[in-house]
Amino acid sequence: MLKNLLLGNLSVEAIPFDAPIILGADLFMGMIFFGVLFSITFYKKWSYIWHEWVTSVDHKKIGIMYLILSFVMLLRGFSDAILMRSQQAVAAGHSAGFLPPEHYDQIFSAHGVIMIFFVAMPFMFGLINIALPLQIGARDVAYPYLNSLSFWLTFVGAMLCNASLVLGRFAETGWLAYPTLSELYYSPGVGVDYYIWSLQIAGVGTTLGGINFIATIFRMRCPGMTFFKMPIFTWSVLCAMILVALAFPVLTATLALLTLDRVFGMHFFTDFAGGNNMMYINLIWAWGHPEVYILILPAFGIFSEVVATFSQKRLFGYTTMVWAMAIITFLSFVVWVHHFFTMGAGADVNAFFGIATMVIAVPTGVKVFNWLFTMYKGRIILDTPMLWVSAFFTTFAIGGMTGVMLAIPPVDFQLHNSLFLVAHFHNVIIGGVLFGYFAGAIYWFPKMFGFKLDEKWGKWSFYFWVIGFYVAFMPLYVLGLNGGMRRLNHYENTLYQPYFIIAAIGMVLIFIGIIMQIIQLFVSIKNRAALRDKTGDPWNGRTLEWSVSSPPPIYNFATVPTVSVIDQLWENKEQHQQESKVKLNLHSEYTPIHMPKNTAMGFIIAMFAGLTGFAIIWHMWIPGIVGFVGVLVSVIARTFETKIDYYIDAETVKKTELNYIKGII
Amino acid sequence: MQRETHVGVHDHHAEADRTDVFGFWLYIMTDCILFGCLFTTFLVLNQPMEHTLQLKNYIHLPDVLVETFFLLASNFTFCLASLSIYKEKLGSVVWWLFLSFLLGAGFLYIEVNEFIHFAKEGFRWDYSAQASSFFTLVGTHGLHVTFGLLWILTMIVQLSFFKLNQTMKRRMTYLGLFWNFLDIVWIFVFTIVYLMGAM
Repeated sequence: MLKNLLLGNLSVEAIPFDAPIILGADLFMGMIFFGVLFSITFYKKWSYIWHEWVTSVDHKKIGIMYLILSFVMLLRGFSDAILMRSQQAVAAGHSAGFLPPEHYDQIFSAHGVIMIFFVAMPFMFGLINIALPLQIGARDVAYPYLNSLSFWLTFVGAMLCNASLVLGRFAETGWLAYPTLSELYYSPGVGVDYYIWSLQIAGVGTTLGGINFIATIFRMRCPGMTFFKMPIFTWSVLCAMILVALAFPVLTATLALLTLDRVFGMHFFTDFAGGNNMMYINLIWAWGHPEVYILILPAFGIFSEVVATFSQKRLFGYTTMVWAMAIITFLSFVVWVHHFFTMGAGADVNAFFGIATMVIAVPTGVKVFNWLFTMYKGRIILDTPMLWVSAFFTTFAIGGMTGVMLAIPPVDFQLHNSLFLVAHFHNVIIGGVLFGYFAGAIYWFPKMFGFKLDEKWGKWSFYFWVIGFYVAFMPLYVLGLNGGMRRLNHYENTLYQPYFIIAAIGMVLIFIGIIMQIIQLFVSIKNRAALRDKTGDPWNGRTLEWSVSSPPPIYNFATVPTVSVIDQLWENKEQHQQESKVKLNLHSEYTPIHMPKNTAMGFIIAMFAGLTGFAIIWHMWIPGIVGFVGVLVSVIARTFETKIDYYIDAETVKKTELNYIKGII
Repeated sequence: MQRETHVGVHDHHAEADRTDVFGFWLYIMTDCILFGCLFTTFLVLNQPMEHTLQLKNYIHLPDVLVETFFLLASNFTFCLASLSIYKEKLGSVVWWLFLSFLLGAGFLYIEVNEFIHFAKEGFRWDYSAQASSFFTLVGTHGLHVTFGLLWILTMIVQLSFFKLNQTMKRRMTYLGLFWNFLDIVWIFVFTIVYLMGAM
């Protein structure tokens, strides 16, 4: 009885000894995990890690942790892609391939979940954390402690998802876990529970992050920065975060209802006793469609920053850019039915949602033309961020056009759940979101670490990524048009096979691209002295984040800047104020700066939340209660802390600033 | 620079307070959306099926009315606590908070009794989709009230530690928003679930 309450359904049998591929992955993951733990212990870095990173409430450090999480999970998600592409390249006709169906189903589910929730979302929040407070001239986000909590909740969600690889299994339901397949009767194992709790915990973190950044943008802008003087990236983040705050509670509610079905035998989405599974599909897409705009809007913002900087011109049509984003934000909430035209809602409903979907192409087109006009007659510098942007234009245009095709209900009836759809959304998510985030990561890398990334390796990885992308996904359009369905672990028609083999070759090219990115990172670290950014403005930037040193001091701005125009920094440079800025800094008086203290509470609360999730997955009721009470107690305990802030004295500020000035001179 | 030199310490804190309360409003909005989903689910699934137990046969409106008055009264006493804050009277703040707690607990007691009664008569949460959506919607509100009660207790304890300082006043603002919000949600529960459901 006690053992049951403590361990629930968890036993040694949960470790997949019978599946050599998973076991190999487990061993590999374990080796890396313990290797990292060992090296931290060996180099006696625990104190450093704890005090400088885990407990940090500094938005720049939290941003870097988000990026690391995202990159590690990208490797995991990409391993899934390797497995799927190689399985489909061989599993034609009489060959069954090397992956059994139940394993293959877990792989494509995990691939989708990981790529959206634990690669794209942390990547986005990482870049936002690093750039946004600097862009609006703030010293931190509105709620630094909440920011730390958001990150650790996302981290715990990702770790729960990884744990499913070692203990038990992941969902075999696809990345949105449609009922009734995801109901207890059809998915009796822990897979769907892992899915639910890793998303639920990460989702709460995201909601809190959304609230945090809305408040940051509304309340923390420096004097003079009115809404229509904000950098365009800040605008894009505002739109995306409003979407987060509106859409993520829907995800929380939907997953909670599915949990109630599975744990308490309720009947929300069952196919008897009055349950309605289309209810789930409506709800999940009422979150899911805004979600893709949450991802793409910050990418649009990055493109705008990069295009303007590397064309050395002011962004064309700032106001129309803002309105285009606002309209996309609104429209993203009235198109969700286009994910299931085949539901049978009737011609009128489908026509409305089809037209609404096509209308989104209009503001998006406005943005694309604005970017092109920005480049027109600009002195374009083709550094790697700009290369990614140029690849984005064509790739995203193709993805957008196939999207409009899918928005036509009769066409969608043919293409629903086909590989055409798979090709379409990879086209927009890789070609739009990922290319954009890569551009942003390279663009802001010197701001994070104080040195630029190596250009040569960056360009090579770019070429492999982009060519690999086309080779991998264009065949899927052809397959989809010829009736190839998604999520197949085996197909009879051997005429499909050549296309799948080409797609697999594309995957290899992307793989080489990723390896080159890793090499690029190492080469850059090795040559960091030569790549050092002393000025804090390596790209001749336009916005405030380039007005401070790289990496910025913990307080960001020694004196809070004042803004009177869009692209204030560019304006200052035009008026040759850079030199006077140096003089100003040498002579100005510094005041003590009020800063939040580091806290471990974000980390602790997230760990208890993770314990709760893990315990519910395995029906371990005692640890579950411990975790839940732990969350409550630590939240309350935090409210008893009174020494949560401190002042950096003027002398320290002066010393830091003088050091930076010396570097420039 | 201007802001740092021209704005005093007191204003700096007031500014921070306004930012924090703004964030709490944003949280309330996200919670609104969550309840919105549950209301929608209830409205969709609240379809009478033939030959089954019906929600309307179990609803006992007089009990619900008493329950409603408990919650509204609790909100009223909380507002009196807020008024006492402006008058800087610690003792009466704690007293009104305590009363709010008791009234809120009364509300919860009636609700839990109702749930047990329903379940005993066979209308359990796993009986039908209608039952599931009823228990989930009303139960989620009840869960929020439970957290609110825990919060009130925490505030009573903290008030004796910190007295009426700036932080505590701000937290009372949050709690006030939260407690009012739960009242508003309850008005909708009362109307949509109970009044319309009993018809």
